[in-house]
Amino acid sequence: MKILTGNDLRTGAVVWWSGAGWSLFVDDAVDVGDDAQEILAREEAARRVNVPYAIEASLDEAGHVRPAHIKDRVRALGPTVRRDLAVPTAQKTGWDWVI
Amino acid sequence: MADARDLGTSPDEVQFRFRDDEPVDHGTVTVDAALEQTNANAVRIEPGDDARALLPFLDRLALVEINFPAFGDGRGYSAARILREAGYAGELRAVGDVLVDQLSHMRRCGFDSFAPDRRLDHEDAKRAFATWNNVYQSAADARRTIAEKRRET
Amino acid sequence: MYRYDLYDQQMVDARVAEFRDQARRRLEGKLTEDQFKPLRLMNGLYLQLHAYMLRVAIPYGTLSSRQMEALADIADKYDRGYGHFTTRQNIQYNWIRLEDAADALEDLSKVEMHAIQTSGNCIRNISSDHFAGAAHDEVADPRPYAELLRQWSSFHPEFTYLPRKFKIAVIASEKDRAAMRLHDIGIRIVSRDGELGAQFYVGGGMGRTPMIAPLVRDFVPLDQLVTYAEACLRVYNRYGRRDNKYKARIKILVHELGAEEYTRQVEEEFAHLLSVGVEPPREELARIAAFFADPPFAEGARVIDRSDPDFALWVDRNTHRHKHDAYVSAVISLKPVGGIPGDATSEQMRLVARLARDYSFDELRVMHTQNLLLPHVAIADLPALWAELDAAGLGSPNMDTIEDIIACPGLDYCSLANARSIPLAQRISERFAATGRTGELGELKLKISGCINACGHHHAGHIGILGVDKKGTENYQLSLGGSEAEDVALARITGPGFDEDGVIAAVEKVTDVYLAAREQGERFLDTYRRIGMEPFKEALYG
Repeated sequence: MKILTGNDLRTGAVVWWSGAGWSLFVDDAVDVGDDAQEILAREEAARRVNVPYAIEASLDEAGHVRPAHIKDRVRALGPTVRRDLAVPTAQKTGWDWVI
Repeated sequence: MADARDLGTSPDEVQFRFRDDEPVDHGTVTVDAALEQTNANAVRIEPGDDARALLPFLDRLALVEINFPAFGDGRGYSAARILREAGYAGELRAVGDVLVDQLSHMRRCGFDSFAPDRRLDHEDAKRAFATWNNVYQSAADARRTIAEKRRET
Repeated sequence: MYRYDLYDQQMVDARVAEFRDQARRRLEGKLTEDQFKPLRLMNGLYLQLHAYMLRVAIPYGTLSSRQMEALADIADKYDRGYGHFTTRQNIQYNWIRLEDAADALEDLSKVEMHAIQTSGNCIRNISSDHFAGAAHDEVADPRPYAELLRQWSSFHPEFTYLPRKFKIAVIASEKDRAAMRLHDIGIRIVSRDGELGAQFYVGGGMGRTPMIAPLVRDFVPLDQLVTYAEACLRVYNRYGRRDNKYKARIKILVHELGAEEYTRQVEEEFAHLLSVGVEPPREELARIAAFFADPPFAEGARVIDRSDPDFALWVDRNTHRHKHDAYVSAVISLKPVGGIPGDATSEQMRLVARLARDYSFDELRVMHTQNLLLPHVAIADLPALWAELDAAGLGSPNMDTIEDIIACPGLDYCSLANARSIPLAQRISERFAATGRTGELGELKLKISGCINACGHHHAGHIGILGVDKKGTENYQLSLGGSEAEDVALARITGPGFDEDGVIAAVEKVTDVYLAAREQGERFLDTYRRIGMEPFKEALYG
């Protein structure tokens, strides 16, 4: 699947396109299919999200959205060395999910 | 050789000018052309040009445009200072991708007119020109530096 | 320590106002990200993996207690209660909001600090010997020269859009504790016939194409220091490559022209600039130097009671000889076993600030090894200082050992990284602490970078580790034989890379080879230089 991500312009927080808006939780990300460029252009212009971009992802066995690249999985959860600062989804996803 | 009229910025496109004399009313020629044409009085320097090539002809020049095709290419700042250090007193115009946040540094390097590709917000630009009350370095604008002011107090 | 006068304060205040305006224009949509990016970068604001990151300049690594407390306050007020001390002697905050950034800069300005030029293609924060002004072996305190250059380089109108970033280090001793020759310009203050001058080394650097800077001028009179630096920069600004980001550092220009031709061009520009007159008045250097006068050292005990072995070990490892016999410089390790190299909580920052007030004339240093330092501690105060550090978990006796690992933030934080660095550092320090080999191995500098940009100085590690991306998984290349010190050398890659477990085992194997082969008094680096790469390769891949 193709999902969209970026950083919130005001706060810098990692966000994912949920179909209706931007969510802090990677599991809310939806497959945008062929609409990626159109949504990206519109959202960039709306200045809510800093340099949003499209990435490849898949649904894992447990039904979690799993970005294809490790960098985006680290973004989805937070620094692996500071689990106390993780976004709440990390608890249910588990840290092994990153690697 | 490029047609002189195809090069350069017309005075209409100059957004800020810190001089009282009449602006040159025709286009500029390239540095290479200026070296060959003994009557050219308006030249345009591109980032890769050696500004020092113009030093023997400074007396006859009334306008030097320095082009910034991309704002991040800072060679034009050195070109400007080199001309001023050599005594060039004519108009020194920054053209191209000139943004608000470059204006104060350009002034310090000796630019005295500005023809940005995209017109700048007047208020933002006014603020930008006035950013620094004081300066650390000697540059082309002959402002007294902070270190010089410290000696006097 | 240097203190701002009204002019310095005005400059920093003007910058805060300017940045506040720029951030506003970005949030209002008057600036695109492409236009805003270079502006925020010149104020130290990056966009990293999880959030904006603010890098605050700590000029030549020197801080007062009050400044350290302000850094702690910023960590609590705008971040998540901690900060990361870097190999550039700076501090980074990982979770800053764009809408708070100008407020954070304003708080900094109140304690004479800023984030100016901590990023971007400009002259960066100037680094120095962390023992400056305290070391027994320097010809002068290098910091007045660093401060003179700091002022010269701040908002330099000509050098704000260089081909690439530009890093300067200033030292004043034969010992190099600042990786001086791995800088774009490395300056060593030297004494010749009783007169001080500056050696200029130009065109060193780490990154993708590591190079050791050649000597360009062996004696620049100190009243021409700024002029010479200006000449070096002008030649670079005019002729440094701009067609390829990876070839844009000055080291490539110096390499392609040859040191001789680069030097010739600099000398020509220097002669011209001397005639123009860009040097600050000589009195300015004297004015600055007065701020760096010695604190009022007192006579006192010169003998250390070594009856407590833990204390004695810490003294042996973490203190450094001072120019005054009754004092030492004391390293505060930010490398607890299993910890994150360089991270400190706001609470730790406040404690260290108080310790500096109580024991070190209000003065602190940040080391390029990502540790902190109290430069002037009376020998009589060492037991009390150590007791407090030990109780706070800041007393690890591991300076320059294999536990004192330099590691960049890596893929846990950094958007450029290919692999994580911190977990490796944590596991390696745990491994060697558990096997008890740390002491036996002696001086062994291990440095880890999570990508080719080499913020973790892996090229200069006795053992270096570079994280790479191998088809989407983390992979680590091992290298040996580097040094950032006066015996400067670039490390060589051992061979094919390893996964995380594999590289930790490889580090252990490499240390086995050293222990088996070393001769009396040899450090790891000495043994490597004597026996060469082959025995290590054999152990790793044979």
